[in-house]
Amino acid sequence: MKVLLVDDEEDFVTALAERLQLRGMEVQFATDGETALRHMETNPPDVVVLDMMMPGMGGGDVLKRMKAGHSQTPVILLTGHTSIDAGPAGVQQGAFDYLVKPVDISELIAKMENALRSGKSE
Amino acid sequence: MSRDKENGGFNFRRIWKWFTREFLLKIDQIDSPDRYKRLRRNIILLMLLVTIVPLVFMAAINYHQYNKSLKDEIINPLYSLANKTKHSFELFLEERVSTVRFIASAYSFEELSDEKTMNRIFRVMRNEFEGFVDLGLIDSQAKMVSYAGPYALLGKTYSQQSWFHKVKLRGVYVSDVFMGYREFPHIAIAVQQISGDEKGWILRATIDTGKFEALISSMGLEPSSDAFLINRRGILQTDSKFYGKVLEKYPFDLPLGSYGTDVLDMLDTKGREILLTYAHLSQHDYSLVIVKPRSVILKSWYTLKSEMFFIFIISVGLIILVTIKISFNLVANLREADERRESAFRELEHSHKLSSIGRLAAGVAHEINNPLAIINEKAGLMKDLIGYGEDFSKKGKFVELTDAILKSVNRCKTVTHRLLGFARRMEVKFEKLNLNEVITEVLGFLEKEALYRNIKTTLQLAENLPEMYSDRGQLHQVFLNIITNAIASIEGGGLITITSWQENPETLGVSIEDTGCGMSAETLRHIFEPFFTTKHGYGTGLGLPITYGIIKKLGGEIKAVSKEAEGTRFTLFLPISPKTQTEAS
Repeated sequence: MKVLLVDDEEDFVTALAERLQLRGMEVQFATDGETALRHMETNPPDVVVLDMMMPGMGGGDVLKRMKAGHSQTPVILLTGHTSIDAGPAGVQQGAFDYLVKPVDISELIAKMENALRSGKSE
Repeated sequence: MSRDKENGGFNFRRIWKWFTREFLLKIDQIDSPDRYKRLRRNIILLMLLVTIVPLVFMAAINYHQYNKSLKDEIINPLYSLANKTKHSFELFLEERVSTVRFIASAYSFEELSDEKTMNRIFRVMRNEFEGFVDLGLIDSQAKMVSYAGPYALLGKTYSQQSWFHKVKLRGVYVSDVFMGYREFPHIAIAVQQISGDEKGWILRATIDTGKFEALISSMGLEPSSDAFLINRRGILQTDSKFYGKVLEKYPFDLPLGSYGTDVLDMLDTKGREILLTYAHLSQHDYSLVIVKPRSVILKSWYTLKSEMFFIFIISVGLIILVTIKISFNLVANLREADERRESAFRELEHSHKLSSIGRLAAGVAHEINNPLAIINEKAGLMKDLIGYGEDFSKKGKFVELTDAILKSVNRCKTVTHRLLGFARRMEVKFEKLNLNEVITEVLGFLEKEALYRNIKTTLQLAENLPEMYSDRGQLHQVFLNIITNAIASIEGGGLITITSWQENPETLGVSIEDTGCGMSAETLRHIFEPFFTTKHGYGTGLGLPITYGIIKKLGGEIKAVSKEAEGTRFTLFLPISPKTQTEAS
C-alpha cells in the first residue's frame, strides 16, 4: 500500500511514517500542501492521510484541488479539536473518512484499508 | 444683582436636587428589601401631592367665590329694602312737618287763636292727612292758647318741657315717640313762627305712629325676621318682635350718628346668628333696623357648602383609594418585572460563563493536542521499534514504559475530547425519534458496567409515547452522562430507575433515579458549573455542564433533587418538537 502523509508537524509526520513503514507500507510524506500535490503527480499514492490545519495551503484546499483534478485517490482527514467540525464537512466534500488527533495507529490502518477496499470496488 | 440671581437659582436647584434624590432617584440606589415599600410610599405621596393640592386650592377658591357672590346676592336686596323703607319714613315725616309749617305760615297768630278757625283747620288736616291727633297753638309764654283735639290742654304751660326750648332754638322740632293719654305711641311736631313783634309762637301737632307700623309691615318680612325704628339713644320707637316693646331700650349698640346704610353679621341676645341691616334717617333722629336670621338668608349657601364639602371629601377619598391601589399594582408589577429580569440575567450569565469556558477549553485542547499527537506517535514508534527489533536486556522494561506513556496520552486524549465535546458548537440535527428507544440504546451501552458493579436497572417507560423531534446524538450524550453518574454514585450494589412519561401535549418527561450516595445541598447547587467535580482524580467536571448545555439547546429543562446517602433524581423535560419550525427543517 502506498501512503502519502501530509502534516505540517514534522515530528508527527516522520514518526507516523516510520511506524507505517515498520508495518510494511510504502510511505512518503509532505509538510505542506504544495509538496503534497507535487508528490501526488510524480508518485501517485493509494491513500492520502491529510491534516486539515496547515499553514498556507490547508488540508481543505488540497482536497478541493484533488477533487478539481478528478483524483480518485481516497483521502483520510486528520483534524485537531478546534477544527473538528471540519471533519464531517471534509467528508461531505469528498474525503473518505476523518480521524481526530491524536490517532490510534490501528484505527488509522483500519480506515486506510477500508478506503483502499472501497476505492478498488468502485 | 447677578449674584443674587445665581443664589436664587442655586437654592431652587438645591431643592430640586433634594426632591429628585429623595423621591425619584434614591430608590434605585438602595438595594434593600424595603426599597419597593419606599418606592410605593414615594409614588403615593407624589401622586397625592400633585392631585390633592390643586384640588384643595380649587375648592378653596370656589368656596371663596361662591361665598362672595352668594352673600352679595343676599345682602344687596337687604340694602335696597332698608333704603326704600327709610325713604318712606322720611317722606311721611317730611309731609307732616310741611303741613304744620304751611298752616303756621298761612295763618296769623290771631286767626289761629280763634277756636273756630282752629277747629276748622284741624278738621281739614285730619281729612287730608292720616295720623294727626290734635293741633295746638302755644304763645311765646309757652301757654296753650288755642287747641283742637280730644284732650283738655287749653291753658297748659309748656315752659318746663325740653321740646319747647328745642323748638325755640331750631324752629322745627320732631319729638321722639311718647305715650299719649290714650296709651298710644305718638310723636309731636312743633313749628315756631316769628310774627311782627319779634315774639315767636309755636304751632304743635301730635301724630299717631300707627302709620310707622304700617310702613314696617309693608316690607313683607318673613316671620323669623324683624324690623323696627330706634332713636339715637337706642330707645325703640316701634314695637320689635324679638327685642322689646316701644320705648324700651334696644339691646344692641349701633354705630349711631353715621348716615350710611350697612349690614352687620352678628349674634343677637338670644345667640342667633343674624344679619342686621340699619339705615339712619337723614333729617330725623331715627334709625331703621332690619334683623334677619342668617340661617334663613344663607340657607341655599349652607346647602351648597355642605354639598361642596361632601363632594370634596368623596373626591379626596376616591383619589387616595385609587392612588394607593394603582401604586400597589404598579410596584407589584415592577417588582415582578425586576425579578424576571434578574432571573433572566442570571440565566444569561450562566450561559455566558459556559460559552466563555467553552472557548477557553477549545484553546487549551488545541494547544495540548498537537504536542499530544507528537508524543503519541513518538512513543508509538518507540514501542514499534522495540517490538519489531531484536531482543535486548531490558526490553520488557522498555515495553512497560512506552505502554505507560501511551496510557497517559490516552488519558489526556479523553480529557481533551471531553473538553471538545463541551466546546464544540455542532449544529443540532433534529430528526424524528422515539425517546424510549434512545434510552434503551444508551442503557444497552452501559448494561455491562452496571452488571459488573451489581446495579439493577428498572425501566418504567410509558407506552404510546408520541414520537419527538430532537437530536439523537445529543440525547445519547445526555443520558450517557446522567446514567454514568448514577452508576458512579452507587457502591456495593443498588438500583437505577428510569421513568418516562408525557408531561403535557408539548413536553415529555424522563427521570433517572439512583440509590447512590447522593449529594449535599451545597454540591447540588454547583453540579451544572464547569470544572466542578467530586470525583477527584478522574472527573473532568464537564459531564453535567455539557448535559445542561445540550438540554438548553434542545429547548428543555433539567432538574436535580438529591439527599445524601439516599440517592439522586434527575428529571428532564424535553419538547416534543423544537420551538420554531425552522429548526426542525
